[in-house]
Amino acid sequence: MSTILAPGDVEVADPLGDEEHEHDRPWVVIVWNDPINLMSYVTLVFQKLFGYSLEHATRLMLEVHNDGKSVVSAGTQEKAELDVARLHAYGLWATMQRD
Amino acid sequence: MASESQIRRGADGGVRLELAPEERTLLRELAADLRLLLQEEPADPALRRLFPLAHDDEALERDFRELTRGGLVSGRELSLDLIVETADRETLTAEEADGWLRALNDARLVLGTRLDVQEDVDWDELDGQTLRGQQLALYAYLSWIQEQLVEAM
Repeated sequence: MSTILAPGDVEVADPLGDEEHEHDRPWVVIVWNDPINLMSYVTLVFQKLFGYSLEHATRLMLEVHNDGKSVVSAGTQEKAELDVARLHAYGLWATMQRD
Repeated sequence: MASESQIRRGADGGVRLELAPEERTLLRELAADLRLLLQEEPADPALRRLFPLAHDDEALERDFRELTRGGLVSGRELSLDLIVETADRETLTAEEADGWLRALNDARLVLGTRLDVQEDVDWDELDGQTLRGQQLALYAYLSWIQEQLVEAM
């Protein structure tokens, strides 16, 4: 998930995979662990809603499962609210906060 | 409960349902019950899990709810209606399978919240003589169906 640029340039790590600048995405969407949603289901929902690869979706799901939560997307307040609502439609326990 | 998979991958992202008639009846009745609960008892505590808070901040949360609640409720009603309407079908399109997935998950969330299930369910409680035992059995069945549906998609 990182790109090594020419010597002298910084290494860019962008775990969210989009190219918006930091100040353009001041909100993060967090999915919390819960005892009901199946691990396979949570992974599928991340793939469906965000277009993440199976590998990336699985990593986020495991973060939710093992660490209790994971940041799954980020953006403007409007985008974060849309993402939270889509996650709620699939029954995932999602909240949002300022980054 | 048969251990063989009963929901299989179908054509064009859809799925094939190889369910027994009594399973179809059970799923249809369950979906109709939950549909009724959403409509008639929107304040039921078990339904709260379907509509988690998005914000810590009260004013932001109020705005979020005003903006999203109607769509979330009608989306849930549509997917529950879909199960009622398609429970006897042999195949589901990808879009219909997605609706089943959400509706089955809603049923698991409501039932699981009522039963206060934790990550490690105590299956010793799965006793057909008690209401809790029967509900746990239903929860386990729905989880099994849901897992198959996820795998088939």
